[in-house]
Amino acid sequence: MLASDIQVAQNIGFGIIATIMVLGAVNVVRSSNVVHAALSLIAVMAGAAAQYLLLAAEFVAVTQVLVYIGAVMVLFLFGVMLTRAKLGKDVDLNNKGGALIGVPVALLLLGVMSYVLIKGFEDTKLDPNLPQTSTAALSDTIFSVYALPFWALSFVLLAAVIGAIVLARKD
Amino acid sequence: MLINQFLILGAVLFCIGVYGVIVRKNAVLVLMSIELILNSVNINLLAFDRLWGGQVDGNVFALYIIAVAAAEVGVGLAMVLLIFRNRKTIALDDLSEMKG
Repeated sequence: MLASDIQVAQNIGFGIIATIMVLGAVNVVRSSNVVHAALSLIAVMAGAAAQYLLLAAEFVAVTQVLVYIGAVMVLFLFGVMLTRAKLGKDVDLNNKGGALIGVPVALLLLGVMSYVLIKGFEDTKLDPNLPQTSTAALSDTIFSVYALPFWALSFVLLAAVIGAIVLARKD
Repeated sequence: MLINQFLILGAVLFCIGVYGVIVRKNAVLVLMSIELILNSVNINLLAFDRLWGGQVDGNVFALYIIAVAAAEVGVGLAMVLLIFRNRKTIALDDLSEMKG
């Protein structure tokens, strides 16, 4: 097998980013500090953007950075601020005995999904010679085949904006 | 690269997100766990898009999921703020009016 078939550099990159993402995700659900959880979530989002680049989806990666790291995380930090969460250790973030249910459920789910994935795809490889996803083709598809969902989505966003203002304003 | 390494990364993140939704009591942290779940789905969609190359449908779905997630976070945090303003707490187990 040729070295270019194994894609050593990509695999090392994948490993490093995946480790950062999993550790960050664990910190999001385990941290006893709300702000630390939010900052770990940023690490996970940035890692996801890097994985999208590895999958040659550059436009989605840039959108991920703009929307998630730029907008959603600021929203989360404002949420933390406005709900006057304790800035520092807070022992009252978890349900009592929640881990007793959460750990078995998560492990069972992970076991079933990994079994199905490994059995289903075995060692199917991604074709390294595929061209990059072109943003031009992406926009053509959005505004032709998927124009109706796009239209619906803009109404969803409009409704969300109006709904958020109506809910959050003081009167 | 194998497709399975991306799919299993997505599965691991999904399970961590589910664990967070079950374990966390603070509403903001539950919303963060939901974001983890949505991100893992996006990784899967893009991996499948790459597997069956030549089309961009997976990218379109991923973009739509990002948009819906942004709307969801906006409305969700507005609701959390409203609950905080009325109840002075966002602990989810204090909100038990719907319990029969």
